[in-house]
Parts: sequence; C-alpha cells; structure tokens
Amino acid sequence: MLFLENVLLALGSLRANKMRALLTILGIIIGIASVIAIMSVGNSIRTSVTSSMESMGANHITLGLRQKEPEEEVTEEGYRFEGGMGQVSMSEEDYLTEEMLEEAEKEFADQLEGVLLSENVGEGKVKDGKLSSNVSVTGANTPYLKSQDLKLLSGRLLTDRDQREKKNLALISDRVVRKLFGGDTGKAAGSQIEVYLNGRYYNYTVAGVYEYDKSAFTALPEEYISTELYLPFETAREQTHAAPGYSQITLAARSGVDSREFSRKLENWFNQKYFRHNERYEVSAASMADMVKSMTGMLTTISAAISAIAGISLLVGGIGVMNIMLVSITERTREIGTRKALGAPGGSIRLQFIMEAVVICLLGGLIGIVLGLLLAAAVTKAMGYAASPSVEGILFSVAFSVFIGVFFGYYPASRAAKMNPIDALRYE
Amino acid sequence: MENREKTIELTGIVKRFYIGKPHELEILHGIDLTVYRGEFVSIVGASGSGKSTLMNIIGVLDRPTKGDYRLDGLDISALKDQELSRIRNRKIGFVFQTYNLISRTTALKNVELPMMYAGVGRKERTRRAMQYLEMVGMEERLYHKPDELSGGQKQRVSIARAMANDPSIILADEPTGALDSRTGRKIMDIFHRLNREEGKTIVLITHSNELAEETDRIITIRDGEITGERRRI
Repeated sequence: MLFLENVLLALGSLRANKMRALLTILGIIIGIASVIAIMSVGNSIRTSVTSSMESMGANHITLGLRQKEPEEEVTEEGYRFEGGMGQVSMSEEDYLTEEMLEEAEKEFADQLEGVLLSENVGEGKVKDGKLSSNVSVTGANTPYLKSQDLKLLSGRLLTDRDQREKKNLALISDRVVRKLFGGDTGKAAGSQIEVYLNGRYYNYTVAGVYEYDKSAFTALPEEYISTELYLPFETAREQTHAAPGYSQITLAARSGVDSREFSRKLENWFNQKYFRHNERYEVSAASMADMVKSMTGMLTTISAAISAIAGISLLVGGIGVMNIMLVSITERTREIGTRKALGAPGGSIRLQFIMEAVVICLLGGLIGIVLGLLLAAAVTKAMGYAASPSVEGILFSVAFSVFIGVFFGYYPASRAAKMNPIDALRYE
Repeated sequence: MENREKTIELTGIVKRFYIGKPHELEILHGIDLTVYRGEFVSIVGASGSGKSTLMNIIGVLDRPTKGDYRLDGLDISALKDQELSRIRNRKIGFVFQTYNLISRTTALKNVELPMMYAGVGRKERTRRAMQYLEMVGMEERLYHKPDELSGGQKQRVSIARAMANDPSIILADEPTGALDSRTGRKIMDIFHRLNREEGKTIVLITHSNELAEETDRIITIRDGEITGERRRI
C-alpha cells in the first residue's frame, strides 16, 4: 500500500523535474548499458565458440605426448633446455603406435567409438587445364570421416575396404565441382582428377562429392577458400612417407560416455601400460568437454573483468544520484517539514526518498538494459555471431540498480528523515 | 466553564535555544496555560513575543526545555518522536500562514496526505477528502494544484487538510496574515463554524487584536510571558 504510494510520489517528483531527472539517470543508463552490452557480447562469443568447438566433436578426446616433469630441481637453464629442445629429441620409441591404439580399442571397446586418424598431406590445387581449385589434402580413416559429419551430394564415402586397400580415391567438395565440372556433381563422381601437390601431380578417382559447410568461420575471399580433399588414411601416409607412430591422436567416445572421466581413465591406462618406463614422455589426455570448459571459463572471466570496469561508471552514476537527492531534499525542506507536521514519521519520509532514488536508478537501469541489448545486437551482428542476450546480466542489472538506489539514496533520505520539523517549516 | 474537560495543560513551560552556548536564549520563561475542550482561544502577541515557539510546543512539533505538557492527560515529555508524529497526525490539525501545501499535487491529494500517513485506504481517503473540501467550499477545485489557486482558496484547502483524520484540536498560526480582509473574514467564518458545529478546540495565534476579539478567550503574550488573559463572554 504505502509502497505503491511512494512509487507514485517518486514518479510525480521526477515528472516535476524532467530535465534534471534525465541528466541524473544518464550516468546510470550509460553504466548499465555498457555492462549489459559487454556481458551480452561475451555471452554471444561464448555460445558460438562453444557450439563450434562442440560441432568439431563434443565426444572427442585428444591424446598427446607431454614431457615428464624432470625430477631434479628445475634451474632456469634446465627448464629452458627441456622446453626448447624437448620436441626435437622425440624419438621413435616415444610415439603412440598402432599396437597401442589397437590394445586400447580392445580394452575400452564399450566406451571407445573409434580412433580418429588423419594425415595432413599439404595444400594443393585440383587442376584441369586452366581451371583450378584450392584444396587441403588430408588422409582420413573411417572414424575421422564419420566425425566430420559430411553431407554426401553424389557418389559414396570411403569404405573400410578403400582404406585397407589404400585405393587412390578422393572425396571432394561441391566447391571443387563448381569450378571444374560446372557444378555437375553426378558427372564428378567417378571422374579422374589431377592434383598438384608439393611440386608433383597425383591422380585420384573421385569417390564422392560432399557439401562444403558454409557456416564454418572464415574471413577469406571466395577464390582463396581451400576445401578439404579426403584420401584414405593409408594412401596419404604412403604419400608423405610418414614414420610409424603418432605424437597426437584424437579418440571419439561412444555416446552416453562421460568423456571427461573417460579421458582421465585413458590417460592413466596409457601411462601405466606404455609410458611408465619412458623417462621423457607421458600421455596427456584432454576431452573436448574439458577444453570447452576452460575456454568458456576464460571468456567468462574476461567479460566479467571488463564489466567490472564498466561498473565503475555505475558507481559514478550512483554518486550523481546521491548528489541530486541531496539537492532535491534541500529544495524540498519545507515540504518535508509540512509532511512531518502532518504526522509523517521519520521512517516514512526516509522511505519516500529512498524510493525516489530507487525509481530513478531503476528507470535508468531499464533504459540502460534496452540500450545495452541494442548495442550488443549491433556488435554481435557486425562480428558475425548470433546475438545471445545475457539473462544473468539483465537480472544483475535490475538488482544492481535497486541496490544503487538504496545505497546512494539512504544517506540523503536519512538526512530528510532527521530534519527538525520546525526548522524545516521555517526554511525559506 | 471550569468544569469542562481540559485538553491542553501547560505548566511552567520554559524554552531555551542554543543551550550551553554563549548566545543561549530563553524564549519562554515559564508559561502556564490550560485550554478546555471545544474552546476557541486566541494567543495574541507581537512578533518576537514567543507565540510561535509556544504554538510549536502546543503542536508537539517541539519539546519544552522545562515544564510539563499534558495533552488530553497524556504526558508529552515521556513520548518518543514516533509517538509525537502520531499525535500530530491524529489529534492536531495545523493551519499555517503560508499554507504549506505540497505544490506538485492537487488540492485533493494534499487533503489526503494526513490520511495516507494514518493508513486510511485509498478510496476511503479520497471520499473523505472530497467531503472536507466540500465543507470549506472547494468542491469545484479538487484537481487544481496550489499554484492554480488564490490565497484564500489555498487556505481553505489547508483547513480541509487540517480537518483530515478528524482531530480534536486545530492550531492556526496567523491563518489570515497573508490574506486581504474580505478573504480573511471568510476564513475566520470557517473557523467559527468548525468550532460551533464540529466542536473543534481552536487555538488561533495572531498579532491582530481585532481577530482576537472574536474568540472566547484572549491570551496576551509578551517577551515570553503571559501578561493578560481576558474572557470575552
């Protein structure tokens, strides 16, 4: 009851002094708008980074080799040696081998979907006379191709048999087809193509055409875009004369498996079984979930830090509110005296002025939220992310506006409440 | 007269300002005054005589430095500030020389104000405020703001406001001081009517002997002391 009265009173006194109210509110508007904008932009970036990382494979676990911590105390020199030279001194017995992976597949058959193997052959061009299209040639095994989630437009994917028999087959994108076959995907499948790669020409038969994912982030102009050309994994290994063994591989966990827990299990298993006696290297496993988590954690921290800086302008805005409340109370001394003479208790005068400050701040907060969201929408659009307003940011802003109102309104309101009614009535 | 019920009882009231400071000032030097229920009393004095200070004490806006004040038998000095607010709200209606209306709101809202502090519901207080405004002949100016009203009209609104919460005492401090004599006359008529018809105890503070002559009892105050008391009947 009295609450509503006070809100109406506060709105009335704001209406009586529109210009002043607007100027006072401005500080709060700017503060809240910047906090909201920063948090919402941060939220958008976080959401798109997370979803793009997850689209690479939410169930993926990366196994890599990590140098063991030397047991003796690390001197500055020693540390530099380990860090700088370590990679070079990696030798054949340190690598992860086919046998290890096969063992792991047996051991964790119920949790492991597959081992994703890929071999980067290099950047090249598919050529046909004067026509050419940039490709990056990658050897890929079946689980890897599966994880890429390719949408086949014509022909077929690479089969296990293609993989085993190391066939000279290739999967190309519809972009290549557009350049070399005039967009006729049907004609492309089964045709021979010539690929210029690392100073040599290679011939492949097109097994199938997949659709290039346009949503993948790129800043390159159309003609420079390079699309993946997939070969059977072993075919590619032969081409690069790669040494047996891998320094890094990706595993896919079966759906329903907690990949973070599984990655820890894998790490232990590999280290216990194969790397216990290796003095220099051990296996380290990180799940995509871990990476997403640390990435979002980082982004959250950054946006919170920037918001805190923007929060300083809120503090300044709050001081402005306090200042204007003090002015307003001095101006309305007679009114306060009259109210007291008519029987208003101190608490009710205090509440009236606190509510006035809260209404000012809340009004500023609401305008700030709207402006902040518009700003965030504009920025995220310019950056090419989907707008994703921060709900916590909005709730926080509303709560914080109220808090600023109470905090900075309390002192002026208390001064009003403590005014002596006679002095207040006599005030000219 | 003497067997009527006492409402205001002042005994040995002293009021000092700037206590303990070099320029300590004693405004009231021991006032004894009793006002009976339903009386129309005037307190007359020149400016600086202490009559406003006395009115502030009677209106429990201020506390005496020394002395005893009983309002309807209640010892005022024993009450907390919040209880004094309540007494001002329920028992006393103030009418000021300068009206002291809240300028941002309408006549109606001004009259509603004391009832708001008394916790009267919204509809009920609007109904009652309209009634009081009608009583002072302001029923056609309900939604005017104070700066759209003449001095006499403002004073009527402030009398209506003083009547809100139906107090037993009305304290009027120079209510006609800022008005021309014809308008002042009408205001005085309203006070007489409230005294006669509503049975309100009215304490009128004035420097005008002419106005004082209209009241039941005239108390003269000079340099902080009561120097004369005259019953008109």
